Amino acid sequence: MNFALPMAAGAAALLGLASFVGVDWDAPPVHSEQVGYRGTGMNVNKDAAEVAAGIAANVVPESPWEPDPEGERASEIYENVPVLGHLSDDQFTHFMASITEWVSPEAGCAYCHNVENMASDEVYTKIVARRMIQMNQTINMLWPQHVGVTGVTCYTCHRGNPVPRGVWYRDIEPEPASNAYRDGQNVAGHFVGNTSMPQNALERYLLEDMEIRVHADTALPTGAQDATTKETESTWALMMHMSESLGANCVTCHNTRAFNDWDQSPPQRVTAWHGIRMARSLNRDYMEPLTPLFPDDGYHLGPEDDVLKIGCRTCHQGVQKPLYGVSMMDDYWPVLGEYGPNEDYQVKIIPGLEAPDMSTSNMVKPGTK
Amino acid sequence: MALLSFERKYRVRGGTLLGGDLFDFWIGPFYVGFFGITGLFFTILGTALVIYGAAIGPTWNIWRINIAPPDLSYGLGLAPLAEGGLWQIITICAIGSFGSWALREVEICRKLGMGLHVPFAFSVAIFAYVTLVVIRPLLLGAWGHGFPYGIFSHLDWVSNVGYQYLHFHYNPAHMLAVTFFFTTTLALSLHGGLILSAANPGRKSGWTNERKVSKTPEYEDTFFRDNIGYSVGTLGIHRVGLLLALNAGFWSAVCIVISGPFWNEGWPQWWSWWLDLPFWS
Repeated sequence: MNFALPMAAGAAALLGLASFVGVDWDAPPVHSEQVGYRGTGMNVNKDAAEVAAGIAANVVPESPWEPDPEGERASEIYENVPVLGHLSDDQFTHFMASITEWVSPEAGCAYCHNVENMASDEVYTKIVARRMIQMNQTINMLWPQHVGVTGVTCYTCHRGNPVPRGVWYRDIEPEPASNAYRDGQNVAGHFVGNTSMPQNALERYLLEDMEIRVHADTALPTGAQDATTKETESTWALMMHMSESLGANCVTCHNTRAFNDWDQSPPQRVTAWHGIRMARSLNRDYMEPLTPLFPDDGYHLGPEDDVLKIGCRTCHQGVQKPLYGVSMMDDYWPVLGEYGPNEDYQVKIIPGLEAPDMSTSNMVKPGTK
Repeated sequence: MALLSFERKYRVRGGTLLGGDLFDFWIGPFYVGFFGITGLFFTILGTALVIYGAAIGPTWNIWRINIAPPDLSYGLGLAPLAEGGLWQIITICAIGSFGSWALREVEICRKLGMGLHVPFAFSVAIFAYVTLVVIRPLLLGAWGHGFPYGIFSHLDWVSNVGYQYLHFHYNPAHMLAVTFFFTTTLALSLHGGLILSAANPGRKSGWTNERKVSKTPEYEDTFFRDNIGYSVGTLGIHRVGLLLALNAGFWSAVCIVISGPFWNEGWPQWWSWWLDLPFWS
């Protein structure tokens, strides 16, 4: 008897069933936000229950107390405080209490300090933390086009985790079967929204200098635009990452009738443009140079031993404005909002590590090539 | 218009759904009926409103005339005429007009003692339209989710709504709809080619001057049996065609009605169920 047909029909029925019951469907009511002119279809739709859950999950922690800016400076009391020595004792202690809650609420001070000798740099996480404080200062000082007056703190990314969620690394899984060559694509790419597009596209834009120049300027081809389909898909892969990271979609920043045209784009696109350059600059100036410090324990480095890197999700965590745009900076401007006056800032903190080169900030007017 | 000699016997009284004998007449070749009157009413009113909308709009360029639905902020309420109210009334007119046309087809079928296949097929197209401008907006909570009436503007809407879900080609119902659309045209072209090849076999046969004769359905069946081992038959091919075409329209409606109301992430994420299947994850 021929079982092929019933077997195929049964398998198809099972897959059909799995595609229906295995999916986490949404249901009305839907939370809709209109982005563009009426009738353009420029709306962002979200499950109302998920929006409510997102609001509940993105509440900023309270400042432990209101720090007193007066009194002796930290540099006069403590040893080895090159970055935060300009703070008052109370501001310094207040920040240490805050950063512990933000980054290592379980391990406490010992996550970064030798508690027998707090001044010692022997625990590598202390060097990383100092560098990350400098990174916060750089973001808040040099990237107002992206972070506005809201600013960022350690909590924006860490959210109580020693290693922030929502970081990315060089993704090599799954390995191609046999000798098949798949050119870095054609799998459900983890960092590109589960699409089959180039799975390490983030490297090209958030680490390397790849520009997004795949859109034609004319309705009909003239030969001037020679971008390949694959380059286009790389761009799209980055956009997948951005959309998924922000709980947004393409029309948050684009009128898709002309992706390239700044005049037809919502203003959020300008913020995003600076965000791409900010992530690129931070990964180059801060994350990559720290690579040799991290232990290869399968947790602090990627599978290819590259450092865990900053993407849009690292701060945004599924929300268009991280923490719904609530600023935590009120009590932290002297700490994270500006570079300390101490000249030690320029000191190389680890061998081979240069102070950030401000010229890489790449602040070019949007729309110029 | 003159009546052909054999037509009179098909012009039978009765079979109307509404209006009894009142509208049971023809104007020239066209059956009128109650739904002919309502259809004409909605069509003229709707078209006039479109022209009015163009008149108060910024352009008479036929490509760029745009009757847009209201802002989302109006929800499921009525909007001022110039701010989406026109779109709302035109939508009512369109549904009234399409529905009248379908019901007029039903009356003609009843007069002729035919099945209701044609009005049924047309109803699937109406269903797809109603899904876009009524069902989905109702589910999403605002008329502003309907598509705008304009040649370019509705294309821009399609593009943007697709990109609301990041990559619409990952929408499974869209995949089915596209496949059915393509298969419909494939089936129609095969069928058209087959009929013409049997009916018009060519002028001459080989070296003789003998005129070729049209072939019977047995030849058509044999062609496909030789070719793919099976012929669906003369009636069957029309069933296949109807099935394919209606599925194309039906899955189009499904693919848009699930986008937003029942799935509002990117469509690539929908396939997580496949990645989560227990026996290879």
